[in-house]
Amino acid sequence: MDISFKIEKVNAFYNNTVALKDVSFDIPEKSVTAVIGPSGCGKSTFIRCLNRMNDLIPVFRLEGKIEYDGMDIYSEEIDVIDIRRQIGMVFQKPNPFPKSIYENTAYGVRIQGFNKKETLDNVVEASLKKAALWDEVKDRLHDSAFSLSGGQQQRLCIARALAVEPKVILFDEPCSALDPIATAKIEDLITVLKKDYTVVIVTHNMQQAARVSEFTGFFMLGELIEFDNTQKIFTAPSNKMTEDYITGRFG
Amino acid sequence: MKNFIKTGEPFIWLTGGAVAISLIMIVAILLLIMKNGLGFFWPSDIALLTLKNNEKLLGQIVNREAIPQPGAEQGTILKYRIQLKMGNRDIYGLDFKWIDVEDIKGIDYPENALCLERREWGNMYGFVKELKIDGAVVSVADGNIRSALSSSVEKYGELHKRIVFVAKKEIGQINYDMERLRLKIRKLELEYGKENPAIKERIENISKEIEREKGLYEKKSLELEELYKKSREAVILMSTADGREKEIPVYNVVRAYMPNDMGYLKKTGIYISRLWEFVSDDPREANTEGGIFPAIFGTVMMVIIMSIAVVPLGVLAAIYLNEYARQGTLVKTVRIAVNNLAGVPSIVFGVFGIGFFIYFIGGAIDKLFFPEMLPAPTYGTGGILWASMTLALLTVPVVIVATEEGLSAAPREWREGSFALGATKFETIWKVILPSAAPGIMTGLILAMARAAGEVAPLMITGVVKLAPSLPLDWNYPFLHLERKFMHLGFHIYDVGFQSPNVEAAKPMVYTTTLLLIGVVVLLNIFAIFIRNRLRKKYVSSTF
Repeated sequence: MDISFKIEKVNAFYNNTVALKDVSFDIPEKSVTAVIGPSGCGKSTFIRCLNRMNDLIPVFRLEGKIEYDGMDIYSEEIDVIDIRRQIGMVFQKPNPFPKSIYENTAYGVRIQGFNKKETLDNVVEASLKKAALWDEVKDRLHDSAFSLSGGQQQRLCIARALAVEPKVILFDEPCSALDPIATAKIEDLITVLKKDYTVVIVTHNMQQAARVSEFTGFFMLGELIEFDNTQKIFTAPSNKMTEDYITGRFG
Repeated sequence: MKNFIKTGEPFIWLTGGAVAISLIMIVAILLLIMKNGLGFFWPSDIALLTLKNNEKLLGQIVNREAIPQPGAEQGTILKYRIQLKMGNRDIYGLDFKWIDVEDIKGIDYPENALCLERREWGNMYGFVKELKIDGAVVSVADGNIRSALSSSVEKYGELHKRIVFVAKKEIGQINYDMERLRLKIRKLELEYGKENPAIKERIENISKEIEREKGLYEKKSLELEELYKKSREAVILMSTADGREKEIPVYNVVRAYMPNDMGYLKKTGIYISRLWEFVSDDPREANTEGGIFPAIFGTVMMVIIMSIAVVPLGVLAAIYLNEYARQGTLVKTVRIAVNNLAGVPSIVFGVFGIGFFIYFIGGAIDKLFFPEMLPAPTYGTGGILWASMTLALLTVPVVIVATEEGLSAAPREWREGSFALGATKFETIWKVILPSAAPGIMTGLILAMARAAGEVAPLMITGVVKLAPSLPLDWNYPFLHLERKFMHLGFHIYDVGFQSPNVEAAKPMVYTTTLLLIGVVVLLNIFAIFIRNRLRKKYVSSTF
């Protein structure tokens, strides 16, 4: 299996507070990698490093190297806009724009300069189908995105991310604001998406990590404690702390 | 007692009471203005008063009040007096007279009392005796004088329209063209030197055009003279209550009616026609009569120009402050300064407007683009553009604050979502944040328009006049004349109410103009609110 992200000795800081300590591991391509850990362990910081979303925080600083597809994404020559186009992201809370369902899906394509109606129509339909939302919204594409339920809004956000044809999709606790049925739908979607995309998912729901992922990394206090096959992590973890966490002794 | 306070019941009454008081005050203001303003157009009955000394007075009773008796003992019987609008200013010298009720022997409402609204000298009250055309009596009082009167008033009304058209539109146009040609010559002379042979031919051509315009002018003045002659041919012979006779040219009469002999329906007709005249006509008699259309037009146009200037300025400034500027002490200081700017007395802005816009920018524009007009200023004097700019400056804090509120109400998640899709900061602001702030911007604009429409002080020194010869928008190229002076409802109220030579007659005009000013502001606001609601529906809607 090819490597998608190569993370080498990454340290991250907010001002002088250390958020990530010496993290190194590889994320394989076209698979689902879960990142678990207790609250405040740095897993969100970590996933936001992968598409440089942390750049938006002025006090954030990163040391070490993150390679994506062989390029150092923190090097000077890299166009951050281009990186974010290739590495899409879905957030914890559904965050559709205050626009119609159609315009939400077409947004990323529009800002790339495609404005022909035919192109947009095709992209919108294809993306909504991939996100398993098409059948539910095809008759009301021009309604406000806020008229959708929470789970539908989250799938719309996935469709929006898919529309710009990324290679990677990062999920930052995508189900924490959803009910079990909506969660199940998103999880099904993730298992389908992994055929074509590299998926990284942050979750603090361990069952979810076990259900959808092939690889799991366990973070604690900014450090990567263990990274391995999901099955191995959940059945025979090599670290005592991992075992304590997944058996529910703390966290 | 303590428990009673704890229940919160008195607090509810207190808060509700505050709302009720505010509402009552607003309604009271509106009612007062409406009562005083709208009644003005009603053709009330004409009373014939016979006093104890057998003097006879004719006119409309407009007021009745107790005579103040300073120092009188308590229990003294109150005495009353009434105010009579006698009109006939050309005969009596004054329109209004106070008469003690004690002195009146009898009040009568003769059916044939006639009210003539005239273009000059105000109303005339009296009895019609004869209608004469070219010296020959066409109709006498006991005949069919009523229909003869109304048809000839109508006929000469048409003539008046024609005269105004010829004098103002046609001759005005010729004058305008001649002035333009003269300036063309001057411009050429300024550019090339006076005796330069290179422009000789062109100047000759322009001179020929001027000659042609002069010919046109002669022709039109002849026509006008002809029309004026015609206007003098028909006269009404009127007699006043005390038996004096006077001839009034029919041409001078706007409206003639006998209110004592009219039913409600007919009176309503007169009422509507007077109301329509008020909103659609030019003023007469030093603004105390006629309409106020130029003031309505000026107010609306000024507010529109101000809106066009203030929205981009305020929105851009707010975007910089909220999105790009590094939040720190400096930005905080700027924000406080902007907020305080909204509290600066408006006359200060007026002074700034005259110093900066008119003398500095306007003067520079004149030197650069209108050298042929100098020393007469074009933009170097007050005008609708500078007044609007001054008001834009006055209201820009409101727009900035409202826009900033709208921008900061956009949650961080939208920004992150947009960035994650590969949008730049500019694209995020332009396509997501700004549209979501659009209703907030409109709210700012609504507040700004309400403030601007009611502001008078800064306008008085930046371009408002009590009587503007022409509207800032007409059929002469370039159609929009931003340098022109204009009339404004707020200033009109001040001018009519407090600068008028005939204060009594102007009093109702103050209220009607006020009512109209409120109406204009409300209409502009309704329009803006309508747009805001549409934007809200388009960009932001609730979760369910």
